[in-house]
Parts: sequence; C-alpha cells; structure tokens
Amino acid sequence: MSQRVRIVRGREWARPVRPVRREVLEATPGLDEGRPPLLFVPGFGHGAWAFAEHWLGHAVERGFSGYALSLRGQSGSGPAPEATLRAYAHDVVQAAASLPRQTVLVGHGAGALVVAHALARYPARAAVLVAPVLGGWATALTALRHNPLGTLPALVGGRLRCNRAQLFGRELPRDEARRHLSRLGRPTRRAQWQLLFGREPEPAVGDPPVLVLGSPDDRVVPRSALTRAARRYASAPLLFPGMGHDLMLDAGWREPIDAILDWLEKESSGG
Amino acid sequence: MTTFTDPGQPVPESSTLDLTRDGRSVSDRGETVCVIGAGPSGLTAIKNLTEHGFGVDCYERETGVGGVWNWRHDRSPVYASTHLISSRPLTQFPDFPMPDSWPDYPHHSQLLSYLERYADHFDLRRHVWFGTEVVRVEPVDGDRWDVTTRSTGGYGPERTSRYAAVVVANGHNWSPKLPDYEGLAEFRGEVMHASAYQDPAQLRGRRVLVVGAGNTGCDIAAEAAQQAAHCWHSTRRGYWYAPKYLLGRPADQLNDLLLALRMPRRLRQWLFHRLLRVSVGDLTRFGLPRPDHRMLETHPIVNSQLVYYLGHGRVTPVPDAVRFHPNSVELADGQQVDPELVVFATGYLPQFEFLDSKVLGDDDVTGRPVLWLNAFVPNHPTLAVAGLVQPDSGIFPLSHWQSVLFARLLRLRETQPSKAAAFAATVTARAGERYVGPVKESSRHWFEVGHADYLRALQRALHDLEAK
Repeated sequence: MSQRVRIVRGREWARPVRPVRREVLEATPGLDEGRPPLLFVPGFGHGAWAFAEHWLGHAVERGFSGYALSLRGQSGSGPAPEATLRAYAHDVVQAAASLPRQTVLVGHGAGALVVAHALARYPARAAVLVAPVLGGWATALTALRHNPLGTLPALVGGRLRCNRAQLFGRELPRDEARRHLSRLGRPTRRAQWQLLFGREPEPAVGDPPVLVLGSPDDRVVPRSALTRAARRYASAPLLFPGMGHDLMLDAGWREPIDAILDWLEKESSGG
Repeated sequence: MTTFTDPGQPVPESSTLDLTRDGRSVSDRGETVCVIGAGPSGLTAIKNLTEHGFGVDCYERETGVGGVWNWRHDRSPVYASTHLISSRPLTQFPDFPMPDSWPDYPHHSQLLSYLERYADHFDLRRHVWFGTEVVRVEPVDGDRWDVTTRSTGGYGPERTSRYAAVVVANGHNWSPKLPDYEGLAEFRGEVMHASAYQDPAQLRGRRVLVVGAGNTGCDIAAEAAQQAAHCWHSTRRGYWYAPKYLLGRPADQLNDLLLALRMPRRLRQWLFHRLLRVSVGDLTRFGLPRPDHRMLETHPIVNSQLVYYLGHGRVTPVPDAVRFHPNSVELADGQQVDPELVVFATGYLPQFEFLDSKVLGDDDVTGRPVLWLNAFVPNHPTLAVAGLVQPDSGIFPLSHWQSVLFARLLRLRETQPSKAAAFAATVTARAGERYVGPVKESSRHWFEVGHADYLRALQRALHDLEAK
C-alpha cells in the first residue's frame, strides 16, 4: 500500500463519475444517542437486502442507525453495465457524505475492497471489513478450487456464480440458503476484472480504526487472506468458526454484528 | 460575553499566567490552535486540525458558518443569481463531495447548505465561538500567539487568549476595492459596489453602467441586459470570455483533461483560442477590443450569457470610464453616457486588520503579504494563512490541503523538530514564489494561482515534509 498522499487527480476531476439512482435502506432508532451511523456496503452479487435481512434491525436494537447501500447495478439501484471499482467507491462516498454524521463504513466481501478505496476519499469514523475480498490472484485461485464451474467463466469475462457451500455454513436451513442464492445478481465484467488486477487502494484519509473479521471456514476468503488484510491495518482478524462467506446471512449472524457493535462502542468511548 | 454554541460543553480549561501589555490577564489555551473565520477555509482548517488531534478554537464574527457564501452575512458579496464559476469536481472538498445529483454549477444557496452539512457532518460547530470578532493577533515568545477578541460590534469586554498556533482564514472577498474617479463625488446618479448588489430588481427599468469585466461584472451585465432599460459594460481591455461548456463538458473539466494529458500550456492556449474562435466567434464584431493577452494569462472569465446579450444588442460594450460629471460619465474614447446607476464590479482587497502587516512580510503596507505557498509565513512557523489564493478552480480543495499540510507541520514540531525547522528554512528561502504561468500584471493577479501548479507544489511540500 502506497503511503503517499495524492493531491492532484486531474483525470478524475475531468471525468466525474456519472450519477446513478442509489438504493439506501435505512433503519434508525427512535432515540438518537449520538452514536456514529453505520453504512453497510455489499459485495459483488449482493445488495442492500443482504444486510436488511438481520444486521440492520439488530444494529437499531442496539441504538445505532444503520444504512444499507446497493452499489450501482445491484438490486434496487439504477443499472450500470459498465460500472468500475471507482464508480462503486464513488457510490459509497456519496452515500456516506449524505448521512448526518461521520460514518462507519462496513464492507462485506468485494464490498470491503470498495470500502478500502472509499477510505482514501472520505475520512470515515471507522471501517469494518467483513470477510474482505481484497482481490489479486489468490482470490481467483481460492474461488477456482472451491467452485471451478462458477468461477472459470468469470475469468474470461463471463458470469461469476457462487454456490451454497461457498457462502453459507451447514447450519443454515436449505430453503433459506436457496432463497438468498436466488437473489444474487452479477457484478459487471470491468469490476470483476479490476477486482483481480486493479490498483491497490490508496492510504486511508483521517487515520480511521479498522476492524477485520471473517470465518476460518470461509471458502471464498482463506484464513491467510484475512490475516493479510488485518495486518495491512495493523491488527488481527476476529474469527467466527463454522460460518460461510456471508456472515450477515448465515445461521450465526448475531455474533459478528454484536462483535462489530461492541468494538465500535469501545472505540467511540476512547478505548 | 461569548459562549460556546453547544450549551453542554464545559468552559475551556485555562490557566492565567501572564498579562497583556495593557495589564489584562491572558488565558493560556495550551496546545490549542486558533482559527480565525468559519467560512470554507476556516471550516476545513478546523476539520483537519481536529482530525490530526489538535484542540481548536475558531472565532467567527457572524452568527453562522459559510463566510462569503452565507447570504445572511452582512459581508457576503453573493447576489441572488450567484452560481459557481468552476464546476463541482473542481470546487468541492476532496474528502467530502457535493451530492452528485447537483448541477455542474450549483447555486450559492446550495453552496451554503453544503458548507453547513460539512460543519454538521464533522461536528465542527462545537469549536466555533460565533458573534466574536478578532481584534488583535500578536506574536509572543516561544512562537505562540495572543489573540484578543470581543463581541462583534465592539461591545463587551476584550478577552485575550494564548494559542500554540493561528490559522488566518478571514477571507479576501469582503473588503470592496473602489476606484477613485475625478468628479465621482458630484455624480448625481446612484453608485454602488458590486458587493451591495443583491437582486436584479435593483436594475429594473434603469440605465445601468457596469464597470469591470471580472466574473461578477459579467454576471451583473448579463442581468442588466435582461432587466435594465439600457446596459453599458465598461472594460479596461479586451478579455477572453470562456463559455461554461466547451466540447460538451464544463470548460474547466476540459482544461483539466488536457492538463492530465500533459498538454503544454502554449498548446492549450492555442487550442482554446481555436475553440473560442469557432464556437464563440470574433468578439471585435460586437465592438469589444481584441484581447491584449493570451488565454490563461488572466483570471478566467467564464460567462456564456454576456456574448449572447451582446449579440442581442442588450449590452453595449464601452471602454474604461475616465471622469464623472454630475449627469454623465465620460469614457476613454471621449464618448459620454448618462447612466442612472453605476455598479463597480472592481473586486475586493484582502485585509488583515488584526495583524501587524510586518508579521506577514508586508513591510510597506501594500496589502500583499509575502508567503510561501500563499500560506506559510517566514519567521513565524506557527502562523498560516488559509485560502489566500485566487485559483482557476474552486478554493476549497486548496484550503483543504493547506490546512492538512499545516496540521502535519504542527505535529512534526513535537515529534521531529528538526524536520519542522527544515520546513521553516524552506518557507523563508522560497517566500513569494508564484504558482502560475506568466500572467498579465495587475493588482488583482498577485495571488492568482493555477490550481494544478499550486496543488503539485503543495503535494511536493507534503512529501518533502514527511520523507523518511
């Protein structure tokens, strides 16, 4: 990760990202206790619905306002067949800047990579990377090993498919898993490609605390990748054994979100 | 007495150690940094200093944030139709974008709501003492500063606090520059500076002379074209009037695209001349003088409407005014015109009335401080001026990075004093540097910067400061 601050961005100024309608599902507690809002960013194929299922409601119960974003091209957001990682990061920064207070960015899967890019453009209150897919060859190889039929086409520009064993643990009822799988969309070809070979995220602005969590039994993100991701932000990953890649949908969804909120409470009390 | 706007905030801890020259006590604010002004530059200074862990006290003479962009402020120069001159991506703070649903050139009321949201989002208001103006800023031993404040308007006691550092962000578009003409005092018509212009109703049905071809002058001339009985537009020389859109995109974005492609300045000038020639045409046809300089050599004038109204005969271009008679104005070509209202869009002068001009290296009191990067003051390592730039883009990103650099410098003064000292030496050695290609010499261009040149210089300074 390059540590140098980049100030001059002529190319980006000259070619602003085109706006697309953004779906943001929101859940706010009746009483605002001044806690930082959370912005959930889904990974490839998912959408705001993935967080609306359990996490959004749970955050509200604990007094946090939660916002779940669909990136462009995902579920309720406007279509964007040519979306790039830059456009995704743009969506995250726009959504974060529209919230009333400095926001905690929570990115899942490839959404964590989008969050890592967004952190260079927006001084987040904190960031949480859930089962982060930060890209590179290792990601592709792991996916190939666990799901060759679903992954191979993606490498040549086709559709990336994830299967049940990659995303969920064994405890999740079959019906529920099928329901979630049927909602999965597809990322754009360019974004898929950039996930593998794109540029490293620039250093985060504002020096936010970063928490990395995942599952050692995740078949998309190997444990070594979790450790690497956490080391990048000078910490160690929090692990939730027995769960699949989709920590927010899997049977044990309560534990990771509680861990995130506990960590945030500790952080904001200056711990 | 002043109070924090947030009633829940405790009175700042301070200890009284010292006395001012006239014998009042000074409250020591320790490592806290003082920011003067809560306009865009002041706000970004508060945000970046707090982000780097500093305590901040900001003094704002008005009762709200936004500075010149807050039309409620009596020093605000905005008029009803003020829109941005530079487009959104080149105007917004780099880490807090304006909503992408906004137009390319937002309205001033949108700018104010943007600045208010910036203040709320980063919780900046709790650092601001509203309704408090700064009377004096004086250096004291140990590179510290005594800042004397009182309630705006002058009533209430003065109060002096000692700070570790000061950021001057009092703006430069509030003190009108009024030219002096022979006979102006005897002129019977109405005379106003553009800062007093607010609404086209002031022009309706009257014969109006607008003096000055800055962006404000052109805006007012275009409004007079629609409202006034007659509009004369007096300019000293010929200018390039760039349209707001060129080749289907905001003109400043086109310029930045060419900059990003590393197109040399001469080539860009040639290209812009060609583009204006084919799209806008030859302006001498309307009686305007031919520009006596190349494009990019004066502060850009971006106005698509003026040329349109010239073509409709709604604006009559005239040369410089020479002297005023009771019922008419004599122009440089001997012609006399008889306006009922004269609007001087002749610009503003920066003013630092609370600071000894020698502190800013302005020994002859010309109103032009000698600084490095237009921000850093020789021999005063804990003083910075924010936003004293006139870029060919928005000022916000420049102010943002100025305050980031200043915050990191202050940090280094504690952690690596040797590096901070090296920086101070650079400031002294390179004070007065310019960050723009050749510009037409004029008093309004002394703090003109090219945004790309300037930001590159700032980036280099930041990298040098933090080099291992």
